Amino acid sequence: MVKNKGTTLLAFDEMMNADSSPRQPYSTYHQWYASQDRNRLIAKSKEAENIFRKTGITFAVYGHADSSEKLIPFDLIPRIISGREWRRLAQGIEQRVIALNAFLDDIYHKQEIIRAGRIPRELIEKNDAFLPQMIGFRPPGGVYTHIVGTDIVRTGEDQFYVLEDNARTPSGVSYMLENRETMMQMFPELFHQNRVRPVENYPYLLRQSLSSLAPPGCAGKPRVAVLTPGIYNSAFYEHAFLADMMGVELVEGSDLRVIDGKVKMRTTRGYEAIDVLYRRVDDDFLDPLTFRQDSALGIPGIMDVYRAGNITIANAPGTGISDDKAIYSYMPEIVEFYTGRKPLLENVPTWRCSEPQSLKYVLEHLEELVVKEVHGSGGYGMLVGPTANKKERAVFAEKLKERPGNYIAQPTLSLSTVPILVNKGIAPRHVDLRPYVLVSDKVQIIPGGLTRVALKEGSLVVNSSQGGGTKDTWVLED
Amino acid sequence: MLGRTANGLYWMFRYIERAENGARLIDAGLRMSLTRSEATEDDWDGVLQSAGVRELYDEVHDTLTSSDAIDFLLRDHANPSSVMSCIDAGRHNARMVRTALTRETWEATNECWIEMKAMLAKKVRPADMPEIIDAIKRRAGLIRGAFHGTMLRNEIFNFSRIGTFIERADNTARILDVKYYVLLPAVSAVGSSMDNVQWESILRSVSAHRAYGWVYDAELKPANIADFLISNGRMPRSLAYCYEKIVSNLGYLAREYGERHAAHETAEETLASLRNRSIKDIMDQGLHEYLEEFISHNNRLGQEISDGYRFYH
Repeated sequence: MVKNKGTTLLAFDEMMNADSSPRQPYSTYHQWYASQDRNRLIAKSKEAENIFRKTGITFAVYGHADSSEKLIPFDLIPRIISGREWRRLAQGIEQRVIALNAFLDDIYHKQEIIRAGRIPRELIEKNDAFLPQMIGFRPPGGVYTHIVGTDIVRTGEDQFYVLEDNARTPSGVSYMLENRETMMQMFPELFHQNRVRPVENYPYLLRQSLSSLAPPGCAGKPRVAVLTPGIYNSAFYEHAFLADMMGVELVEGSDLRVIDGKVKMRTTRGYEAIDVLYRRVDDDFLDPLTFRQDSALGIPGIMDVYRAGNITIANAPGTGISDDKAIYSYMPEIVEFYTGRKPLLENVPTWRCSEPQSLKYVLEHLEELVVKEVHGSGGYGMLVGPTANKKERAVFAEKLKERPGNYIAQPTLSLSTVPILVNKGIAPRHVDLRPYVLVSDKVQIIPGGLTRVALKEGSLVVNSSQGGGTKDTWVLED
Repeated sequence: MLGRTANGLYWMFRYIERAENGARLIDAGLRMSLTRSEATEDDWDGVLQSAGVRELYDEVHDTLTSSDAIDFLLRDHANPSSVMSCIDAGRHNARMVRTALTRETWEATNECWIEMKAMLAKKVRPADMPEIIDAIKRRAGLIRGAFHGTMLRNEIFNFSRIGTFIERADNTARILDVKYYVLLPAVSAVGSSMDNVQWESILRSVSAHRAYGWVYDAELKPANIADFLISNGRMPRSLAYCYEKIVSNLGYLAREYGERHAAHETAEETLASLRNRSIKDIMDQGLHEYLEEFISHNNRLGQEISDGYRFYH
């Protein structure tokens, strides 16, 4: 069994080789690092924290009324990916995103993948994320998932796995941008020495991508807006940041109303139409007439406007069916079914606890596995077998037996590590990676993305709500 | 611009203005209790009234002490007009409308909140009061400076300015109203040292004790003080000055939108009356009645602006 601290020692380190020489992508950086005074770096680290605090780059942790705004710790050692490594990743991500959109189009139309017997019908039709309202409707440009954040983990030089396809409303892109901004402010010399591919044009690409998918009836320049649940949402900063950077309005449900078959926002001069809505609210809260009636966040009647082709909603309602954890285990089949090729990026092997054989295996091997709720997110309601104690595992086993269909299990991957700055120098910590993908008539992948890092020694949980931090992520030109 | 954004800007600047005025009121109260040894609780009674929270204070406290009054005005969250409550609310609104603010304006507001939250986390010791008052005024000044130095003069600017001046006019009118009786001609106490302290405290609570001396002669006279705070168009906290700014900012909006609302009429009428009526006339007819009516008109104007520019619906 893999022990707590051992996971870090055995893991593949992205910066240092076993013989203490730097890996190739880090060679220039490592040289620079070796010449730095540690006290200066620690001072810089505090400076970064101040920049983040004063800018208000904060997120809310649910259930902490007292400390309602928290900073996500930022570590100033970048995570560096070579151009060669990135090309491979990007191809795999592109293939996967194309498959996701084809899958969604199929699921809401002919359902050929079900008829071909590759996916069980009840998995789709009994799934809460499946929206019958979307059946037979094709969004503008046939695009369902305009913005995707594919979570990727690495276990070795050439071993990459997709951990999750975030196809609903992936968050964190503002941290990618702010991390880069902060690094460039604090260490401009690093960007002279290393040829780092830019990420700064993301807001521009996002706006362009959204505008290009305006509904057919839209005359003139499409009016784009970002829909936020409001100031108390954990990602409010990001919503405001993206609206600001794109130069579009940040709206709440209460600003919007359906008038004459269009969605319009209340301005100081009266109501004005919106053509493309980048919504950061969940499907359930989008339209109280169609979905949750108690939703105060939504816009009554927006689904009718949508189905009439008078507004583009990004991402489309009902895309959650494609990134559901129960669907995840079928992704290799899905990719092959729609692209006709083997997946370039692997899935993490997954046991579906709904299947009795798998459940038996999972219960017998709990101390090696990570068990996740099918509908959970943010690292809540999961069990990390190797780091949980006996009692925690016993409690979880009961939950598992009670509702097996609610869980999937995966082996505890020895996630790669990248060093972080600690008081005594640097120390390896586990990381994952979320690249951001924009889909319009083309697929654009921003080189890099958000690296999340588990700051606690030995921890594999990178979620910001559970002690995770972030790093600037470099993709080098080569 | 979204109606909700206009609303957020308007209230952000109202709250920041109120926070700063709150600090000034406390400063004037402290000053009064320094100048005189007796009757300090009565002074705080007046300060609580000027802040419009006298009744609320009694709901929370059984007795009136200077220490409780200061804490209530400075940092009690049970008091929505305490300095800390206002800074919270101002920053909350700023966060909501931050896409409309320059980075400098947002950061000045956020840093004000960060610093004041730390400084006001615990009850303030009397010895630290001057430092706290200074910090509040300095932070408010930094927000104002960032705002003036970096914001485009567009509708965003106009709604922000309107919020500032509606609030300021309300605050000045309240201070005068609470103290109107010390300005009334009374035979016995005129010119006594007691009166001088009271008059000076009025001027001090609007940061006008030095400016008064430049405009009038050094002697404090009730009619001059009322004139200064009501009709003097050069005094930045006077009612006339506030209304000149409100009318000009509403005017920009009317020209840009090509549309006038009830608010325009109301503001222009009020300004005309501030310009035309002499202070003698006002005092003869009753300062209290005049100010009461002014405060209610000022509130109505706020409502008309909110309706005309669709703040809520």
